[in-house]
Amino acid sequence: MSDAIIIVGAGECGTRAAFALREEGWDGRIVLVGAEPPYERPPLSKTGEYKLICGGAALGEAGITFLAGAEAVALDTAGHVLELADGRRLPYRSLLLATGARARRLPFGGAPVHVLRSHADSVALRARLAPGRRIAVIGGGFIGLELAASAASLGGRVTVVELGPRLMGRAVPARVAAVMAGRHVKAGVDLRCGTGVTGLAPTAAGITITLAEGTAIEADVVVAGVGSVPETSLAAAAGIETDDGVVTDARFATSAPDVFAAGDCCRYPHPLYDGRPLRLESWRAAQEHGTAAARAMLGGQAPFDGVPWFWSDQYDYTLQVAGLADEAAREVVRVRPDDTEIWFGLAAGGRLVAAAAAGPGNSVARDIKLAEMLIARRAVPDPAVLADPGVALKSVLRSPVAG
Amino acid sequence: MAQWIAACAADDIDSEDVIPFEHDGKDYALYRSPDDAYFATDGHCTHEKTLLCDGLVMGGVIECPKHNGRFDYTSGKALGAPVLVDVRTYPTKVIDDTVYIELP
Repeated sequence: MSDAIIIVGAGECGTRAAFALREEGWDGRIVLVGAEPPYERPPLSKTGEYKLICGGAALGEAGITFLAGAEAVALDTAGHVLELADGRRLPYRSLLLATGARARRLPFGGAPVHVLRSHADSVALRARLAPGRRIAVIGGGFIGLELAASAASLGGRVTVVELGPRLMGRAVPARVAAVMAGRHVKAGVDLRCGTGVTGLAPTAAGITITLAEGTAIEADVVVAGVGSVPETSLAAAAGIETDDGVVTDARFATSAPDVFAAGDCCRYPHPLYDGRPLRLESWRAAQEHGTAAARAMLGGQAPFDGVPWFWSDQYDYTLQVAGLADEAAREVVRVRPDDTEIWFGLAAGGRLVAAAAAGPGNSVARDIKLAEMLIARRAVPDPAVLADPGVALKSVLRSPVAG
Repeated sequence: MAQWIAACAADDIDSEDVIPFEHDGKDYALYRSPDDAYFATDGHCTHEKTLLCDGLVMGGVIECPKHNGRFDYTSGKALGAPVLVDVRTYPTKVIDDTVYIELP
């Protein structure tokens, strides 16, 4: 059998997995297959900065063979061979699918629409942002709102259209989303929630977007941030189980022997939430999955139970969410002396299952970090204590009740 | 030439906490450990330009508030991805309840 571990996808997850294999003591071959060099995606919707996760030298020093520009086209799970578009056939001992996701497109054409997933997408969009430009953002989730903030900060006249009744309805509790909505309104962004887009049409002056509510928006630039679709085609064609993501167990093993999947492309059962299958699209999850999958490929048996965690930067505000807000049966809010609200979500039995907050700079980070530690320990904190800004969360973490 | 700069009063920092300190246009972070020892590091994380003073101090570790990079604040050692580069540390001393930091 080959001594090579192959990683398909050189994004945050795949690259981290490659280095983690070395950190865990693997001294055999590591082959990283990537269409693009490893770079950070979070800045694409924020500052637009192009930042490598690591340079070629760091990969070389770690003894990682990086096949730049290579495309994996077929996986023979019985023979343990990966086939590339150029015809090369690479045998593997174990293989990690870190193929990520692609931006979901609008279900209709009619006019050019930008999406954001790659550096090239970011460059194409940013070339069109300018003071006075009319920018329509379709989708009021993280990517759409970060782009709205970027465009507004560059002097654009921004409209956000969101099908749901409020912004960030999937992952962020209403009160915290409302803080961010207020920040957008302050920046002059026109928020249109609760209405869908029914069509796009080019006009002499730009693009007309017709809305389900019967009105229309005129824009110079249209960008869609309507979610992502996991890249599962390689796995599916190989007969590996997929279900809106490559299905794995809690150590990222797929239905095929010695094939693992992690990061945005996978769907895995989370031990903290009764094994609920999750597909996470987040930078930190991608990193943590990469490390955990590396351990699993080397024989580790521990299930991955890292608390889901997201952040979003919009203007001078940062939003952070730990845990899963939709697992909450009731909410408790702590109002700090600086008027920032820290939201806690409790399950029916009182267990802390999520926390979220938005505020200037990184002012919410400590409280959310402490909440994350409480969530990880399945703590059942006293709601009155959570609500009391006079009690430091650090002391809650140290109380035996929380253990 | 190295010089000792008065940075804050000893009680300006809570036990097991961090505060920012600026001198000559540069940012630093000052720490007080649970056993009341004082430490100083550069103000910014070595991963991206985020001020460490908004992060959580616990168990001898400062965690960056942005991307969770962790450093041993007593030695400056980076404790793993995403931080790969140690954060610079500076000597401190306490005289008459004033914390001093030695800057180059």
